[in-house]
Amino acid sequence: MIKKLIIYCFLIIGSVMFVYPFFWMVSASLSPENELSHLTFLPSVLTLQSYKQVLEKIPIIRSFLNSLFVSLSITAGVLIFSSMVGYALSRLRFRGRQLIFYVIIFTMTLPFQITLIPQYILMVKFTWIDTFLSLIVPYLLNSFAIIMFRQYFMSIPQDLIDAARIDGCNELQILYRILWPNSVPALITVGIITFMASWNEVLWPLIVIRNEKLMTMPQLVTLFAVGGRAESQLGAKLASATLLAIPIVLAYVFFQRYFIQSMASSGLKE
Amino acid sequence: MKLRLKNVTGYLMISPYLIHFLVFVAFPVTFSLLLMFHRWNIISPMEFIGLNNFYRLVHDVYFWRSILNTLVFLVIHVPLQIMVALFFAELLNQNIRLRGFFRAAFFLPVVVSGVVVTMLWEQLYGYDTGLLNRLLVSIGLQKIGWLVSPQIAMPAIALMATWKNVGLYIILFLVGLQSVPSHYYEAADLEGASHWQKFWHITFPSINPTIFMVVILSTIGGFSLFIEPYIMTGGGPLNSTLSAVLYIYKQGFFYYHMGYAATLGFFFAVIILSVVALQKRFIEKETGA
Repeated sequence: MIKKLIIYCFLIIGSVMFVYPFFWMVSASLSPENELSHLTFLPSVLTLQSYKQVLEKIPIIRSFLNSLFVSLSITAGVLIFSSMVGYALSRLRFRGRQLIFYVIIFTMTLPFQITLIPQYILMVKFTWIDTFLSLIVPYLLNSFAIIMFRQYFMSIPQDLIDAARIDGCNELQILYRILWPNSVPALITVGIITFMASWNEVLWPLIVIRNEKLMTMPQLVTLFAVGGRAESQLGAKLASATLLAIPIVLAYVFFQRYFIQSMASSGLKE
Repeated sequence: MKLRLKNVTGYLMISPYLIHFLVFVAFPVTFSLLLMFHRWNIISPMEFIGLNNFYRLVHDVYFWRSILNTLVFLVIHVPLQIMVALFFAELLNQNIRLRGFFRAAFFLPVVVSGVVVTMLWEQLYGYDTGLLNRLLVSIGLQKIGWLVSPQIAMPAIALMATWKNVGLYIILFLVGLQSVPSHYYEAADLEGASHWQKFWHITFPSINPTIFMVVILSTIGGFSLFIEPYIMTGGGPLNSTLSAVLYIYKQGFFYYHMGYAATLGFFFAVIILSVVALQKRFIEKETGA
């Protein structure tokens, strides 16, 4: 009984440690600037002053829409193209298939540090700097998603595919009409991981986007914090950070189970 | 005929990957090999300078400093992450209520953007008004110069990174712990094994793969550290938080030394790959024996 009590104590202390800082951030962003330096729990009055400042100083709503557009495009692209490649690798026979599989495994281990500079130069030469193309196109396919789909499709019975072929389906119809509805867990896993990764990406946007109207949300908030425009107003900084956290936290609250399962299974496959 | 047709569909379906690979992987890697022998600021023509970039790299104190900083990060981050994750995974593996709630709470920092976490911790780490120092003062301790002391800034970033990532490893360790058949423990109990004996001989081997994964992923993470120092310290104080990627970023996009930045990127990649290969080798040896 005492042992149980101690376990619960540690678990509660632990969850406070991981959740309380976020709570403090939200409550600080809602407090008047002069109370910030000694705030520990709730301010005496709640005010939206800091949020008003953020909205006045930076195009944060626009950046939210930019991020949404970029992340959704990338996620759709990854699902469509990576499942296509995964299907070909698992179910179609062609020469060099094994070689391509090894190439994919190899690119998975390739550190991004090596391609960062030449990829930027490529964007300059394509004149994609300050366009969404530079944010989206390089991310439309990824090795991890291809491997995930390949593994998943291999577990689907060949009979299902043969039956569809006899019914006159072509390969694309087999993939999107027969395999997709039977691969919902794989689609969710790849979808969540891709969306989260692109939503939270900040290094690449910092490099290829300079026009404030085209910036993604994490990028804009970062530049607001490190550039002089927050004018060291803590409340405004924390309000912008809170706005940045809200979309993904909301998604997490609703799809919590999927988030945890997806990230755990992606980790285990490494 | 039918077989040929199948061949063609196969190629058609992997063609998006091939194009993507050639443009965004094969070309950049090849081009970076070329860039390493040149001086170039993108605007004026490329200038061949032979091995100058390599010579410069070997003597570049910032390059070595960033490697040392990464090591400092890893020495603190890896053991801390493993211990904290194991501790909470063990607690969650007991027969308790609200497991789902606790799991979700620990996992929250994992999903939130690193930008948010960094901006938040910058305030927690504040010297005079930061929550952590106020807590220390209130229990009668000295203030700590979290982000202003060159000795403490990198450990402080490592602590924050642990806070952000540990939720994922709690879940992974929990999966590992739950896969241990309970009759192993029952048998050990019959033999009169102690708590520690059970941990070392039953629990530890079953979570080994997860521990190695933490080591490898943290190594890659340590070399990828960017946004944390970029927002909190700009690489300071006294370059004590200058990370590998931040240094490439500065060389490339502050000074437009494309040739040198590509050289840095190449060598960091080589270091990462060799460290990970060594770790894998060590792991295989340890688990194979």
